[in-house]
Amino acid sequence: MTARAKVPPRGPGRAGHTAGSVAARHALLRWSVLAAAVTVWQLAARAHGSVYFPPPVEIARHAVDLWFSGPVRHVFLTEEAVGNILPSLGRMAAGFCVAAVAGIALGIAIGRSRRVYALCDPVLQFARAVPPPALVPVFVVILDFGTPMQIASIVLSAVWPVLINTAEGARHTDPLRIEVAAVLRLTPLERLRFLILPSALPRIFAGLRLSLSLSLILMVFSELLPGTANGIGFTLTDAQSRSDLLTVWAALVLLGALGHLLNTGLLAVEKRLVGRGRTTTG
Amino acid sequence: MRARQEQVVLGALGVLLAVGACEAVSRAGLVRRSHLPPASEVLARAVELAGDSVFLDGIAATLRAWALGLALAVAIAVPVGLVLGSVPVVDAAARAIVEFLRPLPSVALIPLVSLLLGSGTETKVALVTYASIWPILFNTVYGLGETDPLAKDTLRAFGFGRLAVLLRVELPGTAPFIAAGIRISAAIALILAVATEILSGFGEGLGIFIAQAGLATDGTRDVLAGVVWAGALGLVINGALVWGERRLFPWTPGRREVG
Repeated sequence: MTARAKVPPRGPGRAGHTAGSVAARHALLRWSVLAAAVTVWQLAARAHGSVYFPPPVEIARHAVDLWFSGPVRHVFLTEEAVGNILPSLGRMAAGFCVAAVAGIALGIAIGRSRRVYALCDPVLQFARAVPPPALVPVFVVILDFGTPMQIASIVLSAVWPVLINTAEGARHTDPLRIEVAAVLRLTPLERLRFLILPSALPRIFAGLRLSLSLSLILMVFSELLPGTANGIGFTLTDAQSRSDLLTVWAALVLLGALGHLLNTGLLAVEKRLVGRGRTTTG
Repeated sequence: MRARQEQVVLGALGVLLAVGACEAVSRAGLVRRSHLPPASEVLARAVELAGDSVFLDGIAATLRAWALGLALAVAIAVPVGLVLGSVPVVDAAARAIVEFLRPLPSVALIPLVSLLLGSGTETKVALVTYASIWPILFNTVYGLGETDPLAKDTLRAFGFGRLAVLLRVELPGTAPFIAAGIRISAAIALILAVATEILSGFGEGLGIFIAQAGLATDGTRDVLAGVVWAGALGLVINGALVWGERRLFPWTPGRREVG
């Protein structure tokens, strides 16, 4: 959270408020505003009756019918959910993991040498500047439609932010510490574990956050293309072609929730790792 | 100065190596030639496209949607960000809605917006605007939190009102952050413009050129030439914005971007 400059006190009794009660009031305000917004949307949609903007209650009901009304032994997931949400998640996980591992490994390899970094920098800058969706048609030609093409699209789009950030981070390891490591005769592996990785970690995570949202974008984009057989993106285009607005909205809500969950998860991991990394290295 | 020279030479060498590797892989027949044409042919085609007026019109169409969308995003995000950043109650109230809207991958909106607005320029501009708003908005709010409290207090002590403080201290102090936000949004805007074009499949634009070339037999050379153009556009835009930032805000070096 950002430290924000305090506004001058207003109104009586402000001194009595602790930080906790202010936070609680803000949380209450936040949720009531959200509830109010949804209610207004609900009422407006009901009154207006537009096909394009269905009321949120209907969207929620439709989402439950579509995905979460299955048998208990399938954890309430319907066939629709198993057939479309799980493949999407699988492809995204595979693409993001490959991009993260490859990005961190290559980034460290490149960042460790000033020469290698200078050699690779312009090529990397160009690779990053290409808008990722422009690459997808290339993979469609090479790999045809299907999961390999989609995973390749995700990897080749998400790898650059991690790679470039990791290389930057590895490059800026404190030279004094490297000398100390040389004096202590740390093996290269130990140097990597105790020196380079911890100091590069905050930048690595900044890269991972960008890569995660790119993975989600490319997952959806690669499934929106004609010729896809399943996935959340497929559900979207399929519903679009049938002008099934309820399903379009339900898929959007699902993707928003998914994006929120993934971000929160990555932030939690970052807090643990970066926090611990700082304490062990001082 | 010598280190800088070495850097440039090595960088150029790296580019040559990368191009050479692509060329060699293709010429040696490791992959089908229709899948990966030699780099020299792709680059030659990219240069040839520079003289193709239909292609240039497409680039112009993409850039128009990009610029219009980005301008609208600035016009919306900066004032909203200033309000959110200077009135904590509004910030707390709006945060819930913002936190629900932001994680939605903006390309997922393409089907909905296409249904609403058709597949013309409006769709592109609307999507570009939506996606570009977030980085500018968050950077504005963040930058406002970083302005010098002493300067604000001084101005207040002299009896300046809230608006005067905003215009004289907070806005100038936040400007570098806003500029950094615009730079991030510029890249996102290009992604959205190209993505929308690729999916809509007709009309004019760089994405449409790439999508149609992808459907043609042996169109990979054209697809890759289009990708080279897309990358070059991205580089030029980013370079111009970085240069502009350095000229306008020389006193604040380093990284200023958030989330």
